[in-house]
Amino acid sequence: MIGLEQVYWLVGAMFAGIAFYSWRDTANPKRAGNAGFWGLLAVSFLFGSIIGDLANGVLVLALVLLGGTGALGHGAPRTTSPRQRELRAGRHGNWIFAPALIIPGVAICGTFTLARLSLHGVPLADPQAVTLVSLALGIAVALLAAMLWLRPAAATALEEGRRLADSIGWATILPQMLAALGAVFALAGVGGAVGRIATTWLPLGHPFTAVATYCIGMALFTAVMGNAFAAFPVMTAAIGVPLIVHRFGGDPAIMGSIGMLSGFCGTLTTPMAANFNIVPAALLELPDRNGVIRVQIPTAVPMLIGNILLMYLLVFRY
Amino acid sequence: MWPLLGIGVITVGFAARLNPLMVIAAAALVTGTAAGIDPLHLIAAFGKAFNQSRYVSIVWLVLPVIGLLEREGLQERARMLVARLRAVTAGRLLIVYLALRQVSAALGLLSLFGQAQTVRPLIAPMAEGAAEARYGRLGTPARMLIRAYAASADNVGAFFGEDVFLAVGSVLLIKGFLQQSGLRVAPLALSLWAAPTALLAFAIHGFRLWRLDAKLRRLDDEHAP
Repeated sequence: MIGLEQVYWLVGAMFAGIAFYSWRDTANPKRAGNAGFWGLLAVSFLFGSIIGDLANGVLVLALVLLGGTGALGHGAPRTTSPRQRELRAGRHGNWIFAPALIIPGVAICGTFTLARLSLHGVPLADPQAVTLVSLALGIAVALLAAMLWLRPAAATALEEGRRLADSIGWATILPQMLAALGAVFALAGVGGAVGRIATTWLPLGHPFTAVATYCIGMALFTAVMGNAFAAFPVMTAAIGVPLIVHRFGGDPAIMGSIGMLSGFCGTLTTPMAANFNIVPAALLELPDRNGVIRVQIPTAVPMLIGNILLMYLLVFRY
Repeated sequence: MWPLLGIGVITVGFAARLNPLMVIAAAALVTGTAAGIDPLHLIAAFGKAFNQSRYVSIVWLVLPVIGLLEREGLQERARMLVARLRAVTAGRLLIVYLALRQVSAALGLLSLFGQAQTVRPLIAPMAEGAAEARYGRLGTPARMLIRAYAASADNVGAFFGEDVFLAVGSVLLIKGFLQQSGLRVAPLALSLWAAPTALLAFAIHGFRLWRLDAKLRRLDDEHAP
């Protein structure tokens, strides 16, 4: 059965290759930092499941030290010039899109079929992880197709991958770091403390103020935690269930649904939601780390107001 | 209340634009210590959670493919393709992408599109190409603005589309948590009530994307002597 572990091996192998070529890149004065960072990340993906929690923790600390102290530079993998790219774009025509479209195509087909196919009673792919396994499969097929068609030198794909990985740099591990911080916050009882503050200090005597506090609380707490999933249980246990549902007789499905979506308004505004806001800024090479957040705030604020009004109008009616 | 200090560390650290990796590690240390968790246990808990969330990084597998195609002129081709379609503007293109992202997410196809696999190689260059066809060479502020809006269209579409689908993680989380609190709700009801917000999101962000074209025109006027 193909599950997440097998996909991690693939990701680990890719980072190991990137580390290897980083080390050989003598044009980069910080090549040891790059090789160390990508190499440790390769270890995490290849052996993370067997080395134990403490070793993983030490590994993360080493990644933080490398990534956080400016030990990473930009490698100089050989690539094509803008002029060459224009020429090749003209020569390949729209076929150049085909490999990029193979990825979603295979991902969809895989999602619908892989978990249903089985070999000797064992499903081909782990049903819990079928989407991610299919995505990885789509990427592998696309890479294979592109290699067969374009016939670049064997290391070219890894070198081009290294170019992009170096441009994203330390932000590659930011989403995982924030997930880990969320776990420490949960362990330390941060959610409960925030909930207690919200219920002690806020005026909640009227249905409208209860709805507004719940929605704004979801957005703010999500902005702090970077994740609406972390905010939802806290705010719903503190305000949603006892006040909106039990005291004022609101509909739990409407409250839950619009409550979660109010949290998503917070996600649009926070650097803590790194994979949505900070990583794209790095991917798109924006000089301002908060450039994506800046254009999302004017959408997030009216969306939150709209959610409060929608919930107030709907939740006590159905 | 002391564990809340970690939130303060995060807020100050991000506001001061310190390196986020260091800020997060410091916040975890402060919060964990304040809650009385011993350091080794804290490092282990952090390592465990980091390890368990490796799935969010699977998307990096796409880098070699995208890099290889970029080397062969993927972004340039995306620009050319759009530049030939006169009716396409940056704003209109992103409105179409917003709709596509919302509808596909609502059908449960969340990982079909994304920042790494769609926005960087295709959508952002297409939007830039559409603007270039209209205004000639773009200044850096205009180019960066278009890219940021391209990323925002992906986020808004994904966030306010996914909950319309029954089996997405957040819908299951809502159902599970309400059930623990003794409230039974059907996933269908949850996804149905996500629809008004989805429409509102398309209206609001679609309007802002439509306004992007006017913004670009203004930037172009300032840019020109």
